Amino acid sequence: MLRLHRGGIATLALLAPAVVLLAAVLIWPVLELASRSFRDPGGPFVLYARVIEVSTYLQVLLRTVTFAIATAAICLVLGYPVAFKLATARPLAKALILACVLLPFWTNLLVRSYGWILILNPRGILNSGLMDIGLISSPLDIVYNAIGVLVGMSHIMLPFAILPLYAVMTRLDPQLANAARTLGAGPLHTFLKVYFPMTLPGVMAGVLLVFTISLGFFVVPAILGGPRGLLLAQLIEFNINTSLNWGMAATLSTLLLSATLLLYAIADRWLNLGSIWGLNR
Amino acid sequence: MMRSALSRRILGAVVIAICAFLILPTLAVVPVSFTKTEFIIFPPKGLSLQWYDVFFNHPAWRNATLTSIAVATAAAICSTAIGTLAAFGLNRLTGPMARAVIWLLLLPMLVPTIVLAVAFFSGLARLGVVGTKAGLVVAHTILTLPFVVINVSASIQKLDWRMVAAARSLGADPITAFRKIALPAVLPGVLAGAVFAFLTSFDEVVVALFISGVDAVTLPVQMWNGIRFEISPAVAASSSILLLLSVAFLSVGAMLLRGSGRNAAEMRSR
Repeated sequence: MLRLHRGGIATLALLAPAVVLLAAVLIWPVLELASRSFRDPGGPFVLYARVIEVSTYLQVLLRTVTFAIATAAICLVLGYPVAFKLATARPLAKALILACVLLPFWTNLLVRSYGWILILNPRGILNSGLMDIGLISSPLDIVYNAIGVLVGMSHIMLPFAILPLYAVMTRLDPQLANAARTLGAGPLHTFLKVYFPMTLPGVMAGVLLVFTISLGFFVVPAILGGPRGLLLAQLIEFNINTSLNWGMAATLSTLLLSATLLLYAIADRWLNLGSIWGLNR
Repeated sequence: MMRSALSRRILGAVVIAICAFLILPTLAVVPVSFTKTEFIIFPPKGLSLQWYDVFFNHPAWRNATLTSIAVATAAAICSTAIGTLAAFGLNRLTGPMARAVIWLLLLPMLVPTIVLAVAFFSGLARLGVVGTKAGLVVAHTILTLPFVVINVSASIQKLDWRMVAAARSLGADPITAFRKIALPAVLPGVLAGAVFAFLTSFDEVVVALFISGVDAVTLPVQMWNGIRFEISPAVAASSSILLLLSVAFLSVGAMLLRGSGRNAAEMRSR
């Protein structure tokens, strides 16, 4: 099974520090956390049963999945035209769009969430602007609730949808779409029958990535959401810091982790996870 | 496709609107940081540098900044060293073994941050380093490892091993051949990895919230407190400085990656 090149010892020595560190401080505590979720005095699956029985827990799980689906859908709809433009634009326009995508991508999560508070709050940029031009008479209720969370999550996840789409689109041969047009297909038909199917791997990668990461959001809902309408990650934090219920925190963490790893495994099988990050071989 | 001028113009307008959606919230912090008022109001009233004064001179903000710099520097050094070795090790593997090691090395990027935070919290508690800078450095070293591995691996894959073999056949011992030929070739990838590792650690919120305690408050934790509990414009000042830092680092990272033919875009955890 261990088919190492010659110099297998050297390979092991190179990998050892990383493997030991990951095993001791990441994998071991994660496994212990997972085992904790099965160690309730009442029986191994008591805590999991409680997640389903107690309506608050179930509501949070369903809400989290709903928000992740909505975020993935929004990011696909907003990301597709940007990726298309990026793949077809001239160098200057391309550089400008790329800057607009990458700057937020590499800007602190808190800075971006705080920026949204500045824009969306009742006396913020958007509301005061709309009231000044007389479009609305009282401020819109668009932050510290589900709308604020969805706006913030979509904003943060959008680059994750754009980049895989862009990667697929740059590899496409534009002549194929042109050929369809020359042979008489209309623009919409060409798009639906020729162009869009060719970009499906990028669509799948982007949607899967956005959905998966969205399941674990903590900072954005905590800042832009209301006191009600918690998401899964906030419920885990609440169980640790407020109700000191480590068993339930472990159970919810295990559910989140299993779902995440399962989705990445699916992504890996279909789309080759390594290639998303350029580690293909 | 989309030959007609009208549809191209509509597409252009849509893309500009989406780009505005991406960039404006990021930039909104800048004007607010110069306000004279105690609260955040838009448009800001008056023009003053008082919130920058708070950021640079108030002990809580200054200490948080210094803690973040210290932790991010240490974490970047550790993860660059460990990650570079691991990338060279990974490069020697093939087949299922390589896939398994890729999964393992990417794990800190794949596991949801909240789960990482909980696991680090219990894992480091056993070592008695919760609430210390040392604990944060260990956690951030793991968290930033994938960025180093990805960047260094990319440079290694571009490396022409025949050059190393040539050096060997001309009489260089393995270590000299590695040091003189392989290392300089992958150096841009190593430096880019270090830059992204530093920025990731410097920006990290969730794990720091869990394990920083009261003695190792980082800048993001201080900002979190500022946003959640007081909404002070000092947050806007510190946000503007972080924004400036992101621009600087992104430029440096992109310059380094241009050498190795990679795109700064492709990696970033949440």
